[in-house]
Amino acid sequence: MSELPFDLQILNALAALFLLLAFAMLAQRRVVALVNLLAFQGALLCAATLLLAYRTGQTHLYFSALLTLALKVVFLPWLLHRLIRRLGVYWDSEQLINTTGTMLLGLLIVIFAFGLAQPIAALASTATRNAIGIAVAVVLLAFLTMITRRKAMSQVVGFLSMENGLFFGAMSATYGMPMIVELGVALDVLVAMLVLGVFFFQIREQFDSLDLHHLESLKEEQ
Amino acid sequence: MSALISWLTQTLEVLAAIAVAPLFSGWIAQCRAWLQNKSAPSIWLPYRAIHKLFHKEAVLAESASPLFRFAPYAVFGSMVCAAAIIPSMGTRLPFSSAADAIALVGLLATARVFVALAAMDVGTAFGTLGARREMMVGFLAEPALLMVIFVASLLSSSTALPAISNALATQPFALYPSLAFTAVAFILVLLAENARIPVDNPATHLELTMIHEAMLLEYSARHLALMEWAAALKLFNYACIGFALFVPWGVATAEAQTPAALVVSLPILAAKLAAAGVGLALIETVSAKLRVFRAPEFLATAFMLAVLGLLVNLLQRASP
Repeated sequence: MSELPFDLQILNALAALFLLLAFAMLAQRRVVALVNLLAFQGALLCAATLLLAYRTGQTHLYFSALLTLALKVVFLPWLLHRLIRRLGVYWDSEQLINTTGTMLLGLLIVIFAFGLAQPIAALASTATRNAIGIAVAVVLLAFLTMITRRKAMSQVVGFLSMENGLFFGAMSATYGMPMIVELGVALDVLVAMLVLGVFFFQIREQFDSLDLHHLESLKEEQ
Repeated sequence: MSALISWLTQTLEVLAAIAVAPLFSGWIAQCRAWLQNKSAPSIWLPYRAIHKLFHKEAVLAESASPLFRFAPYAVFGSMVCAAAIIPSMGTRLPFSSAADAIALVGLLATARVFVALAAMDVGTAFGTLGARREMMVGFLAEPALLMVIFVASLLSSSTALPAISNALATQPFALYPSLAFTAVAFILVLLAENARIPVDNPATHLELTMIHEAMLLEYSARHLALMEWAAALKLFNYACIGFALFVPWGVATAEAQTPAALVVSLPILAAKLAAAGVGLALIETVSAKLRVFRAPEFLATAFMLAVLGLLVNLLQRASP
């Protein structure tokens, strides 16, 4: 491992930190801190993309990093903070399973994801291929974050974190998606966020809370 | 000649550990007082307390069994043994072939069992309560500590602490995310195992929260002195395990274990201990004590970090 070049070592460290952040989001109880963690995750993704762009000399990765910075580090967290302020849901987050249980479950998921990614990594030819396992793990952990939360806000944060994981996976498996796909995904996420923002208000107006539990009953009780 | 030097290192290390451990505790207490804007107690206070206790007459509870009297010696003895296999100055230690890091964890567990048994022996409510809490913290902290050691073993392909330390100190510098994770896990375990603030407060006698102090309530005089000394030695040992795993630079490595290297390693160890003391005092000042029932969560985090370190290590090693 010591024969790895130094920039790859930094990339590995960033990948590990990325995974750690996914765990921090899993354990975090407060929604404000959750959004900050999401912004930090975006910043890590941006740094990793920049480093990879510098290493491989692919210019489209620079644009991708810029897009990540603008969208995931600045705009979306700002939007989420604004929504939290306007909805007044600072303390809003209860988990279905306790933290210790969630974390142990998360560990199992990481083991599963690493096992899953091993054959893919063996086929890939990029220098960052051992980060694929981490990307898969982050996607699954974000999924778990969404499953264990009940409130709409935390679920959206989980969704965005999953998207971060997907970008990271694409980056480490094939040095990023084609520019047009990346732009399309970014636009999708942006629109989804704006629509969900409106949706939050509608849900709250209907049920007086952001608890998605209420959406499960299909018709009103007789 | 080299055998002589390694025996010299061994003796020097054990003696230094026994002698310096109370000083380290005193230094942490002093830093903590400074950080909290209090007038600091003397750095020699632990020595004075031990000296005073040794000159008092021991009082034993009527219901105390021989185990109660034997326990302080057993605890102190196992801490001294542990100090003998931790490379704090040189990595070529004759004792290290007798026990590896897993046995070291076992030694620490032996001490814990004796403390807990002695606390339950007299039959007071506090002793039992403290013993139970101690065992709860212990059984959660031990797997985390073992995981921390396994990560370092994987990196250096040995389970003997001096060999691990030697391998990590001599190889070229590289970034190890797995070691960074385990370092954080180790700090959490150190705090929990040594009754430091997020888990237990060493300076309190409030019955609802104390763990370590509750177990020592029945001890007096020389027994108490030995128990206090053993606690200081345990903290010192943990600090030295941390240095051996995560900041191994500066120890006299096996190839170059000369008297000169030993002399150089002494001030380096002192500097590391001073820095660790400041760090511990800082952690204890900025964090609030957890409820006892939050301690499992705290230690689960430590375990999670250590296992994550292990997994990341396996993953990033798998494809060079």
